[in-house]
Amino acid sequence: MHIMEGFLPPAHALGWAAVSVPFLAWGLRSMGRSLQAHPERRMLLGVAAAFAFLLSALKLPSVTGSCSHPTGVGLGALLFGPAAMVPVGFVVLLFQALLLAHGGLTTLGANVFSMAVVGPFVSYAVFRTAATLGANRSVAVFLAACLGDLATYVTTSAQLALAFPDAVGGFDTSFLKFAGIFALTQVPIAISEGLLTVLVVNAMARFNAHELRALPVMAFRTREGA
Amino acid sequence: MKTRSWLLWGTIVLLTVLPLCLISAPPGADLFGGSDDRAQQAIGTIAPHYKPWFVPVFEPASSEIASLLFALQAAIGAGVIGYWLGLSVARERARKSAHEGIPSEQDPRAD
Repeated sequence: MHIMEGFLPPAHALGWAAVSVPFLAWGLRSMGRSLQAHPERRMLLGVAAAFAFLLSALKLPSVTGSCSHPTGVGLGALLFGPAAMVPVGFVVLLFQALLLAHGGLTTLGANVFSMAVVGPFVSYAVFRTAATLGANRSVAVFLAACLGDLATYVTTSAQLALAFPDAVGGFDTSFLKFAGIFALTQVPIAISEGLLTVLVVNAMARFNAHELRALPVMAFRTREGA
Repeated sequence: MKTRSWLLWGTIVLLTVLPLCLISAPPGADLFGGSDDRAQQAIGTIAPHYKPWFVPVFEPASSEIASLLFALQAAIGAGVIGYWLGLSVARERARKSAHEGIPSEQDPRAD
């Protein structure tokens, strides 16, 4: 989902940065307050951040014959709320932009928006919805992480389509083209991320039951998944 | 619980490995290249005159160096997760042995 350095026209690059900055500020505030009130959450926040670091470094092969990577931000969004994952995603993307020439500084705003804003917020919304509908914890976690991951890549496709509308078909044609590259490739990878997130949440439920109970998100009425 | 975890792991491995076995090279594209690169090619066909207006400040000298840095990123993540898992398992074990310690005081065998 990394839009490469210089591959968004300046106006788009600036626009996406302007959209992302308030989310980043909100995320830093929310993270700071949460840690100040509950210092015992530091460990789990570290694990959530590490999960995003690990997963976004893994480029996995997919059915389209190209490779893409999961984002890993869904886990943290479910635990600490979506805003907390904005700074985490930002750090991951900055690391990759500076050291790996993967993504870029001019496209950082757009990439933060797709991976660190849309992904976590979609995950969180899906989780709340699934929990309200009475899904058990594992199903809710799976759907949330999987669809959040997919939403990131759909967002990237839309961002590119906005910047590069097709000469004939406009935004729609372009969007389908980019979605065919990003979103389609992402389907099995998103499923893997969903399953992996379930595994981690299960481990947390076993080892950190106490801390989890105190987290507003997991306390939200979900039936215990086996 | 145990069986289910193994099933989940198995599915993840299958989802990753099956594409490698089943997919053959698409015409005119390198097999299992990055989807980011494909998107770049797509931009090239939609807007052939577009020139990137900024270049990366630092580029890994080769794909080996790039994979070194990617491995470093994954290692940092995996390290933290491993620390947490190790600590958690040890904590659970300590808790369990503490639990077992209390009833053993009333153990009739104790002499």
